[in-house]
Formats: sequence, C-alpha cells, structure tokens
Amino acid sequence: MRLSVLENGHGFGTKVLFTLIRAFSRQPVLDVIKLVKYRADFYGGPMQRITQEAMRGPSPWSVGDRELMAAFVAKTNECEWCTRAHVAVAERAYRDGTRVSQALSDLDGAPIEEPLRATLRMLRKLTREHTVSADDMRAVLAAGASREQVEDALAVCFAFNTIGRLADAFGFALASPKGFEAGAKYLLARGYR
Amino acid sequence: MSDIRQAHEALVERVLDGQGVASRDQRRSAFHASDLAAPLGTLVDKVAKHASRVTDEDVATVRAAGFNEDELFELVVCAAIGQATRQYEAAMAALVTATAKG
Repeated sequence: MRLSVLENGHGFGTKVLFTLIRAFSRQPVLDVIKLVKYRADFYGGPMQRITQEAMRGPSPWSVGDRELMAAFVAKTNECEWCTRAHVAVAERAYRDGTRVSQALSDLDGAPIEEPLRATLRMLRKLTREHTVSADDMRAVLAAGASREQVEDALAVCFAFNTIGRLADAFGFALASPKGFEAGAKYLLARGYR
Repeated sequence: MSDIRQAHEALVERVLDGQGVASRDQRRSAFHASDLAAPLGTLVDKVAKHASRVTDEDVATVRAAGFNEDELFELVVCAAIGQATRQYEAAMAALVTATAKG
C-alpha cells in the first residue's frame, strides 16, 4: 500500500487481531481490513455501519444480487481488487459462477431477471457519468424494480464507489485466489461488521 | 428496506467536522474536490474521477509537498466519500423526480 501507516500503523490490539486472522485463515490479512482498522473512529467504524446495512440489511434484493452489484460497480470503476473480491462473494452467494461472469461481461445477454438487469444498467451509468436522470430511473421502474429496490441498490453503489476509490488510491495489493476465497467465506458468514 | 441515510450523515459529519490531523478546511475542500492547489488538488481530482489511475508518484509528490501520511489518509478518504456522495444524492434526486405524482 502507498501509505505505510495503513500497513503497520495499527495499535497493539489490532496487531494481535491481525495475527489471529493470519493464523485462522492461513492467509495474509487483506488490505481492506488494514484500512478499516486504521484509526477506525475516523473512517472504518462509520463506514462499516453503512456497508453492513447496504449489503446485509433487510432488502428485497438477495445477498447475491447485492454482491453482484458491488462487483459490477467495481468493474465499471476498473477497480480490480474490489471486482475480484466481490465476484468471489457473489459466486459463493449464488452458488453460480456463470451468472456472475455473464452479468459482468455481457449485461444485455446475461441470464438474469429484468429488474436486476435494468438496475445494473443504471448503476453503470451513475458510476461512469457520475449522474443519472429521472428518465433513467423511470426505465428501471418500468423494468419492474420497486422504488425500494432502487434505493437499496443506490446504497450498495455508494458503498462501493467509496471503497473502490480507496482501494485504488491507497494501492491495495491483490490477494491470491485463496485469499479472496477466504475473504468471501468470511463476508458471507459474518457480514461487514 | 436497508436505510443508510443516518449512517451516511454520521460518516460525512465525522470525516468533515470531527477530530482530524488535516484541517477541517482541507477536509472540506477534498470532499468537494475544489479549491485545492496542485499537487494535492491533482491527487484529489484523480481520486474523485479516475481513482484507478492514481500512481505511486501522485502520492509521493503530495508527501514531498509536506503532507504527512495521516493527513493524506484523511484527505483521500474525504475525496472518495465526497464523490460517492455527490453521485448518491444526484441519483436519489432523480428517483424522487421519477416517482413524483402529477
């Protein structure tokens, strides 16, 4: 990472936690964990409350749908770290890797439900162009997504438009496939707390 | 429905108005991606618009200009949250317009 404080500026208790994570997972500590645990009162704590609510709070979208949205926003932002991390979680949540890879590579032709497809299309425009219009929203609603679903998707989009920027700006080191798998298992079992 | 509004307000209030190493003015400028001279302004603009293009050199140049790592940590966090917030608020406003009666 580009800031040494994010690598080794944590307090004693957090360093002990990292030792336990390494021992338990048999993988290096992911850079995203190092970020959220550094001066957690400033960013990590308040942000984890948002991410937990957006990704695991009550929603008409499944966990797999929301993880797919996270991966899709990350891919649109060209954030390789977040794309790999959340593809791994979405594949595990859906128990269907093809659905995820097809949605990311060919949204129009992917075998997904129309409300989800229209929502992902809107999130892609928002992420690329930094804004969307009322007509864009009408298209999502016309495809069958409820207002509640749109709001929940925007919460996911906010979280990953923040986290992806930080992953790239701070220069997160890519984990191994096993490292991302271990992270995905943890996120499905424990969420983002 | 998941509801992030209160948590989002708390996050923004914390990073902008809470205790920090960077000044509140600097954090606000980073959040709004405005009124910052190069090289910090260049880095903040990249974080907001093309974060995947941030380089080691971008960060090293800001460090060489006298910002310490904790200031950089805070200002980059503010820049990322600021841009994501503008996008979120623009989209929520579009949704309100799309669902308005009449």
